[in-house]
Amino acid sequence: MSIAMPLPDAQTLAKRVSIVAAMRAIVPGEGVIDNPDALRPYESDGLTAYRQPPMLVVLPETVEQVSAVLRWCHAENVKVVPRGSGTSLSGGALPLADAVLLGMGKFKRVIEIDYADRVAVVQPGVTNLAITQAVENRGFYYAPDPSSQIACSIGGNVAENSGGVHCLKYGLTTNNVLGVELVLMDGEVVRLGGRHLDTSGLDLLGVIVGSEGLLGVVTEVTVRILPRPEAARAVLVGFPDAELAGACVAQVIAEGIIPAGMEMMDRPAIHAAEAFVNVGYPLDVGALLIVEVDGPVAECNYLIEEIARIANENGAVTSRISRDEQERLAFWAGRKAAFPAVGRISPDYYCMDGTIPRRRLPDVLRQMEQLSEKYGLGVANVFHAGDGNLHPLILYDANKPGELDRAEQFGNDILRLCVAVGGVLTGEHGVGIEKRDLMPAMFSETDLKQQQRVKCAFDPGLLLNPGKVFPTLHRCAELGRVHVHHGKLPFPELPRF
Amino acid sequence: MDKLEPRDAQDLCDIVANASQTGRKLEIQGGGSKAAMGAPRDATVVSLAALTGVVDYDPAELVLTVRPGTPLCEVEALVAAQDQMLAFEPFDHGPLFANELGATTIGGVVAAGVAGSRRVTAGGARDHLLGFTSVSGRGEIFVGGAKVVKNVTGYDLPKLFAGSWGRLGAMTELTLKVLPRPRMTVTMAAYGLDPRAAHAAMACALGSNADVSAAAHLARGITLLRVAGFAPSVEARCEGLPGLVREHCALHRLDGAEATDLWREAATGAGLRGEVLWRVHLQPARAPDLIARLEPLQPQWSLDWGGGLVWLALDSHGTQVRDAAIALGGEATLVRSPEAMRRTVSIFQPRAGGVAALEERVRRAFDPAGVFETGRFLGEAHADQLRA
Repeated sequence: MSIAMPLPDAQTLAKRVSIVAAMRAIVPGEGVIDNPDALRPYESDGLTAYRQPPMLVVLPETVEQVSAVLRWCHAENVKVVPRGSGTSLSGGALPLADAVLLGMGKFKRVIEIDYADRVAVVQPGVTNLAITQAVENRGFYYAPDPSSQIACSIGGNVAENSGGVHCLKYGLTTNNVLGVELVLMDGEVVRLGGRHLDTSGLDLLGVIVGSEGLLGVVTEVTVRILPRPEAARAVLVGFPDAELAGACVAQVIAEGIIPAGMEMMDRPAIHAAEAFVNVGYPLDVGALLIVEVDGPVAECNYLIEEIARIANENGAVTSRISRDEQERLAFWAGRKAAFPAVGRISPDYYCMDGTIPRRRLPDVLRQMEQLSEKYGLGVANVFHAGDGNLHPLILYDANKPGELDRAEQFGNDILRLCVAVGGVLTGEHGVGIEKRDLMPAMFSETDLKQQQRVKCAFDPGLLLNPGKVFPTLHRCAELGRVHVHHGKLPFPELPRF
Repeated sequence: MDKLEPRDAQDLCDIVANASQTGRKLEIQGGGSKAAMGAPRDATVVSLAALTGVVDYDPAELVLTVRPGTPLCEVEALVAAQDQMLAFEPFDHGPLFANELGATTIGGVVAAGVAGSRRVTAGGARDHLLGFTSVSGRGEIFVGGAKVVKNVTGYDLPKLFAGSWGRLGAMTELTLKVLPRPRMTVTMAAYGLDPRAAHAAMACALGSNADVSAAAHLARGITLLRVAGFAPSVEARCEGLPGLVREHCALHRLDGAEATDLWREAATGAGLRGEVLWRVHLQPARAPDLIARLEPLQPQWSLDWGGGLVWLALDSHGTQVRDAAIALGGEATLVRSPEAMRRTVSIFQPRAGGVAALEERVRRAFDPAGVFETGRFLGEAHADQLRA
């Protein structure tokens, strides 16, 4: 519990009653929640270690209401925290005591589907899976598939640039969104992108996706939909250790194959998953790979044999190719149940999300073992092997004094290690509050200030989702200054050029 | 125009710091292959031609880090030697301005967001720029993104820099995602379709599970569908594709050399005759409407991206193409035109008021003094207006 949020503003807290009244004038009926008991369900998101009831919750239903809420809050200097389905694992939607929590859950309409040009226009509260369900009877789907896809909203996916097990081949949210309607903090409604590719001018859409609710509130999203692949096949391969499994992954890619999914689990994760779902995972291996290919039947049949060959060349000790859909789903059942399975062997677990260059995997796993000993906490690893995205699950017991703090320190060390080997703090879960204070491990002060100036271009009052992503809040006026030392510039005549 | 050739990022910092003091405008340039785009301007060219070379390339990681002045053809040869490719298929604009091929740099095509036929399925430059190092208009070196394929740490600044035309900073290092090159590529062609029938055929093919990676149509009635991948898969899909599109057209297999030339024509607008060359991005279904509206002007045209990109060449110096694009919800970029036209018509379609103001604030976040505002794009020479 080491992450501090900005101190609540006493003036804002003092005028809570008038804020509630103003919000009720904009969003009538039950769209404004101020009863403390009713606020409780909103006090955290998927990062449940952190809880803070919001000052009040506003649930608008129209873009006009969103605009009016933001305009009013902007004028009155009241902070706003946007929220989709509240499944963020990094605390992106953690409320603030002095902020309006703006819930977008009532924006649930699929507005239009255009099969000829392969786009769907939806409201932000539509769940990720509901987009696929809306188009699947015509043979289409929406590709990014974060594991929370039955619950997470597309608006939240845009905010977090969500990924999933298939993003090596199909991209993250940002590669599958064509346009948004966005309300800025001052209430202005803008449209970025649209139904065509590559807008001229700056790609503002590109910076909105993944901005973690700090730049604007999305009220409509246009996404690409793809034809559903004809078939999918998977192979389950066991290796004596992660090093050999990693070499197999590298060779698969070096031979020109981009699998739809390529997941690795280490021994603790394999054992936990097998004990939970009994799908026949080999228990005497050090690392397990699930490699899935999708596409035309002929392609799947060819590639799955190629992958099995590469696995054997790299020291696989067990190898099973799915013979039918049931067996393919069984391979996945253990992987998909890995988190709850770990939840059975440990009272609590903490899921990390760093990405590393894949070639550094053996080294990183070794150092992670040392850290595990140092902190006296176990760790199980599941890993999006294709793109180097690690999900170490740190095992701890929140009821034991000090264990949560130790788990957080362990996690921070893992993320610093990811950065040290050339990787990043987060591959798909976002910075939120969780990795906020680690940002200086990856970015210099100059880098961070430059990112914050982008924030200032959208929200100069820093009212939208403050306390997230950036470890230090700089006032925009301060960031705008240009420093010239003693009025002198180096090389005034530039004779060297 | 004077020209500076910095040797490294520190030189660039000095140049920018000096310019922000003197009010001199800087035009960041790679190989200069698109220098004839945009309004005539009085700016100091900062050529990145000396910043060349590969910093890191590990094919199995799918990541390439390279300096901006490296010629595109060298980068393509480098990755091709490992059976990989730049999947957004950037191309050289030289021939559109009667220049030789070869001047284009990797920094130039990324900064201009140049993408070829595969754009429709594989994404553009924006989707393949993972990270960069840059010198901002403040004269500071900073990084955006990272050197791994999956990253959501901080704002996605690479998206802003791809297609920024050197208006936010001068990139000194780019990290790109590379992908395996298809082991086999086959082009299937249909003949005699009009634009609406061609759009329908392309939409059907791109929406089928035959995994068609590109679709284009030339005005003389040739529709192209590309099937790429591993041989057994390509053969099976080529067998199935005619049945999938049979309501729209019959398909014929083209030989490789002929297909390569036709794809180049569709992707680059090369071969279209006319003093003025436009490219319009719009919803693919509206491409036939655009062509119908402009028919009185007798433009030469071609379609790529399944219809989402329309190249139009004509001799009219008016803005009828842009007006038609706006009416159909698209955007028209003025690629080639006589100097007189470029003085008054911005190469980029002006954006709606709120978006234009937002864009200006974002530019100011990187370039507070307008060092990179040369007047090339009209309507954004804010610094000049302030001084006047």
